[in-house]
Order: sequence, then C-alpha cells, then structure tokens
Amino acid sequence: MTELTTRAWLLSDAPQTRRQAKLGALYQGWLTFRANKLAMFGLVILILLVLMAIFAPWLSPQSPFAQNLADRLKPPSAAHWLGTDALGRDILSRLIHGSRITLFIVGTVALIAPVIGLFIGTVAGFAGGWVDQVLMRITDIFLAFPKLILALAFVAALGPGIGNAVLALAITSWPPYARLARAETLTIRHADYIAAARLQGAGPLRLLIGHVWPLCISSLIVRVALDMAGIILSAAGLGFLGLGAQPPMPEWGAMISDGRTYILDFWWVAAVPGMAIFIVSLAFNLLGDGLRDVLDPKGAKE
Amino acid sequence: MLKVENLDVWFGDLPERVHAVRQASFSVAAGESFGLVGESGSGKSTILRAITGLAGGWSGRIEVAGEAVSGRHRSRAFHKTVQMVFQDPYASLHPRHSVDRVLSETLHLQGMDQIDARITRLLDSVGLGRGFRFRYPHQLSGGQRQRVAIARALAAEPRLLLLDEPTSALDVSVQAEILNLLSDLRKDRGLTFVMVSHDLAVVAHMCDRLAVMRGGEVVEQMAAPVLRSGQAHSAYARDLLAASSSYRRESA
Repeated sequence: MTELTTRAWLLSDAPQTRRQAKLGALYQGWLTFRANKLAMFGLVILILLVLMAIFAPWLSPQSPFAQNLADRLKPPSAAHWLGTDALGRDILSRLIHGSRITLFIVGTVALIAPVIGLFIGTVAGFAGGWVDQVLMRITDIFLAFPKLILALAFVAALGPGIGNAVLALAITSWPPYARLARAETLTIRHADYIAAARLQGAGPLRLLIGHVWPLCISSLIVRVALDMAGIILSAAGLGFLGLGAQPPMPEWGAMISDGRTYILDFWWVAAVPGMAIFIVSLAFNLLGDGLRDVLDPKGAKE
Repeated sequence: MLKVENLDVWFGDLPERVHAVRQASFSVAAGESFGLVGESGSGKSTILRAITGLAGGWSGRIEVAGEAVSGRHRSRAFHKTVQMVFQDPYASLHPRHSVDRVLSETLHLQGMDQIDARITRLLDSVGLGRGFRFRYPHQLSGGQRQRVAIARALAAEPRLLLLDEPTSALDVSVQAEILNLLSDLRKDRGLTFVMVSHDLAVVAHMCDRLAVMRGGEVVEQMAAPVLRSGQAHSAYARDLLAASSSYRRESA
C-alpha cells in the first residue's frame, strides 16, 4: 500500500514542492532506464565492480604481491581459481585489486576531460567571434594528433606512472567533448528562452552556467559513458607499453603485457585480465546506451 | 511611452547584408495598444527585437519612457519597464527549468523581494493554479506554457509589453483564452501593448491603432475602426485586408 502511494506521489502531474518535482523527474528517468534490460545488466556489472574495488582486501584470497616461484604459471585450479602468473602470484587476487586501479583511472579521466571540454566548448560557442576561433583552433590542434601517441609523448615527458598516465589521457581526450558542447551551445544560444532570460537582465555567466550547461551536460554524460570503454583500453594500452602502472601494481593492461611472453603455452595469464577489460568496457557501453535513452533531449519522448 | 524614429535594422555584414527594416517610424502613447501587421518577413518582429536589443545592427532612434536606448545593451531600468512575450511557447521556456525556477530566477534578477508570495500571485493572475508551480514545460500544454511566459514577462511589473504573435502557435480555442487574458491584464495593470501579428482579426480586436508593414517599411498607420470598416488609404493595406477577408469567407 505504502509503495503504491509513494509511486503515485513520485509520478504526480502536479507536484506540491520543489523536492517532489525533482524526485519525480529522477524517478521518471529511472523508469525509462529500467525498461532497458541490457543497460540494467551493464549497471549491475559496474555496481559489482565498485563493490569488488571497495572490498578488495577481504575478497581476494591471497596478497596480490606475494610471489611463489615454485607455483609459477599454474593453470586455474582449486588453490588458484584463475591460475598464477610468471612470478607465481595469484591472478584472481591481482584482478580484484586491479579493479581499484581501473576505477581510479576511469573515474579521474571522466571527471577531468568532460569538464575541460564542457568549459571550452560552451564558452567558445556562447561567446562566438575570435574567442570561438582561438579555442576551436586549439581543439583542432589536439584533435590532429593520434590520441595514444600524444598520451605517450605526455607520459614520456612527465615520467611513467599511473598518475601521469591518467593526466595524459585526460589531456588528450577532452577535444571531442569540447566540440560536442560547442555544437550543442550553437543550437541553444539563439533560442527564445535564452533571449527571454537576457531580457530579464541575466548576465553571460548566469546564462552559461544556469541555462546552457544543463542542456549540454546530459549529452556529455552519455558520450562519457560510451567513451569509458575507450579510456579503459587506452589506459590498458599505456600499461601494456610500460608507461602506465609500474610493476608490481596489478593494473589489468600491464598484466596482459606480462602474459604476452607466454601467451601460446599459458594463455590464462593474458586472457583473464583481457576478459576483465572486455566485460567492464562492455558494461560501460551498455550503460551509456541506457543513459542515452534517459538523458538525450533529442531522443526524448513527446 | 515608446517612440521609434527612422529605424533601420539589418543582419550580417556587407556585402551580404540583409536590410530587414527601413525607415520605420511610429509612436505609442502610454496605456495604448498598438498593432504591427504585415506578411511574414515584413520586419514586424524584427522591430520588437531591435527595441529589446536582441537584433543585429540598427540605426535611428528608439525612445522608451522618454529615455533613448543605444546599441544592444539595455539598462536594468529598461528591463524593468519593457518585457516581451515570444511567439512560440514551445521555444521560449527552458526545457529543464520548472515553472518555479523560471519565475523565481526572473524575480531574483529583477531584484524583487517576497519571491514565494509573488510566484503564487503571478500564477493566479495568469489563471494557472498553484498545482502548476513545480511542473516542467513538457508537462504543460501550449496555452499553459504561454501563460507561464506571460507570467514571466509580468514578473518585473513592466509598463510596456511587447507581444510577438503571442497566439499564432496556439490552436483557435486557446487563442481566444490567451487574448482575453491579455486584455484583462492590460485593463487591470494599465499596460501599454505593442502587438505584432499577421492576423488582422486579432489586431482589430486587441488594438487601438496599428501600422501596416511591407518589405521592412511602414506603409500606413490607421486607427482600429478604420481597419474594421475596411477604409485603408494605401493600395497595399487594402489588398491585405481584402486578402484576409476573402480567406475568411472561403474558410467559413
């Protein structure tokens, strides 16, 4: 009974308070999202990944760093569910601890790159004129470099390490967001509702943050969710090349790199972290698709 | 209240400059309701946009409440005196802002106090109940949206309201409601209206005086009774009247 009334309260056409209206809008979005089974599947995987990262020390059967050369390159067994690597370390434990690093990379890049992109793109689109020209040419310069090569150059200049790898990825992945945000801004800036706000005396900063950003952010979020897979793969790529996480950190890309030498005889050393990257990337893609259904104003119902 | 002299408005730069309004002059007394009519593209909406500083380049003289305005910048006092209602209520409300957010931001920008009480009063005055306060635009019909847009324009308690075809995007039954609402508000608050429309019947009903525009120029100014009796001076104005009345007969 109470559940029914809560639902009615949330879906009310005539909300009585600001809070009810906000929660109602959120609930509507959740209903749309929930209808997409694949997106829910992606969300469940990602929640599991987050839980795995939080409880890593309790979940992993052994230390991710404990070496045992007598047990090296053992296939999956009861003692080592996913086998051991070249130094006799338990791959499952390394995988579980590696989820923390993966989340750190993805989370940091996802926080930095879209924010830079949003800021540059909306300012360029909204201001127009020479500001637009300058900002967009800078964006073009960044876009003209192959992303991974530019990231490599940054890491080489800053020195290898997980922090620098994240920074390099963030610096190289903002231009597409800037372009997207600018394109959105150009369609918004001559809208009547912006003109109406201007007529009330709203300044450019208020228009940008209060009126333009809310409309750009949803398409950016969708784009970020879809790009997550690429970011994980780039981070893995940097790790694979030895420029990301340094040994003995259990970063998934670096783990694949370690297993490369034995890939024909001891396939699980490279395949297991590869599977992990695959599953997480897929989950982010599915989540992104679902978010697009909910957030993208162009696909909106009515 | 409003005085426009030799107004020229253009868009873009030479050599591809488009001249939208040429040498338009008219004046509107306080409390009067003035109509601007003409075909689409005749520059009537552009005049309103030039007055509010939303249009490209302009020259000539625009005086509002005795003060000349210049360029595209408008003072705080201007925003408190002049407000505008846009043509398309589907485009003039921010899709992610609730009615409450729209009105409270407007009141805040206009430096009003007692924002909560004022929002309730504004909604009442445009015939929307309190139940509409926290809705988003997609939960409103076209007529309800236009009422919100009118409430937003009234929030600053302006004296001059510019109406840019306020009913042309609405269906006929709702048009009448909105027009009656506007008439009532004008009576209650002693507003001055400048109304742009291509619907002569609407203008004849709402306005005391009107100007007929063609190709960016004001062809003729007349009083509303002249329009209703069909005795315009210029050939174009007579054609326009004849065209709209024959349309009316055919469609009836």
